[in-house]
Amino acid sequence: MSALPRASELGLIACTVCGLVCRNVPGDARLDGDGVGDDMACPRCGTTLRRRKPDSYVRTWALLIAAFILYIPANVLPIMRTASLNDVDDNTIISGVVELWRAGSPNLAIIVFTASIVVPMLKFLALGTLLVSSQRGSGWARLQRAKLYRLVELIGYWSMLDVFVVALLTALVRFSVLSLVEPLPGVIFFGLTVVLTMLASMSFDPRLIWDGKDTDD
Amino acid sequence: MGMSSPEALLICEHCDTVYRRRTLTRGDVARCARCEAELERHHALGVNAMLALILTAMIVFVQANMWPIVTLGLSGQQSSTTLWGMILAMWREQAQVVSVLVAATLFFFPLLKMLLLGWLLWFARAGRRAPGFVRLMVILHYLGPWTMSEVFVLGALVAIVKAHTYFDVTPDPGIYAYAALTLLITVFAGVDLRQLWDDVPEHAA
Repeated sequence: MSALPRASELGLIACTVCGLVCRNVPGDARLDGDGVGDDMACPRCGTTLRRRKPDSYVRTWALLIAAFILYIPANVLPIMRTASLNDVDDNTIISGVVELWRAGSPNLAIIVFTASIVVPMLKFLALGTLLVSSQRGSGWARLQRAKLYRLVELIGYWSMLDVFVVALLTALVRFSVLSLVEPLPGVIFFGLTVVLTMLASMSFDPRLIWDGKDTDD
Repeated sequence: MGMSSPEALLICEHCDTVYRRRTLTRGDVARCARCEAELERHHALGVNAMLALILTAMIVFVQANMWPIVTLGLSGQQSSTTLWGMILAMWREQAQVVSVLVAATLFFFPLLKMLLLGWLLWFARAGRRAPGFVRLMVILHYLGPWTMSEVFVLGALVAIVKAHTYFDVTPDPGIYAYAALTLLITVFAGVDLRQLWDDVPEHAA
């Protein structure tokens, strides 16, 4: 047994909801997380005890791919229309960033660019990398991968920024014929992308990173 | 299956490594030796302090939702909105999905979180488990990252800068209430709500 024993080696299992440490029979097949016969509930909070999140790879892949598909129209379609007396202007996410840069606020433009473009792309790349490497049982850069996952979890929801910007401008800019702002379908796709990427990162089980054949400790 | 005294052991939820729990003193953060994730930190805030924070947050939240956030002016006309103005505007403009997202992440989930915490802490103060303790703690766990008031503050800032090019912008009290709410959320962010399971043991129900 290594110096840092893992729960399965000691016949222990942690409740994912309340954190309670429970004992089970070592190697108990009913707790393998395959959803079959998983009938032990946490004595403290009643949540079904599982060694790993159920179907973590399949669910995370499905949600990530769905998010990526929606991310395409989210970027291609305009998210917002600005209409004034003599001009109708449709903005996509990226043209909104450019406009903000030109309007004299490069710092804010960088923040929006990060939240709307960098963070979603980082999520696709990071979760994709985590999925492939964990599925291969790779021992490569485990600590860095674990940290990458925690970063994705931490910053993920900030992508909702642009959705709130569009909602606030829509409600504010109501000057009948003089000036109007309307949401366009891109913002719906973008909002859904953010929700799906959040669900994807939640369904990935970071313990899988450490489950590979070769241990590095 | 028996319970292995829950106070004695701790399992890292990021890599499954098992630890013997140690008593933490002020400012201590226990980190996993394998994956460096945070295992546990010293509970700097007692039940009373947490309840005080939640009650403050509730008052600020009411203000943030009732008061207008910002006013725009254009050729003598004025236009302002509240959070619910945003939600209704998105609904009317055929973006119902966004309307529901905004209502959930900026109104219903934060409100639910504060009400649940207020309820649980009110009873915890008397050393008791609130009615429905177990179920409410589970709901609180799943509410996790779905409250986004702090993201909205940054979004409002971006919207103000964008609008500034074409309109006269006057910030209203609502935006300050939101800023205060963000500060309270930041203070509360370091709190591990799981401590309530230990703070109020079952037999005290």
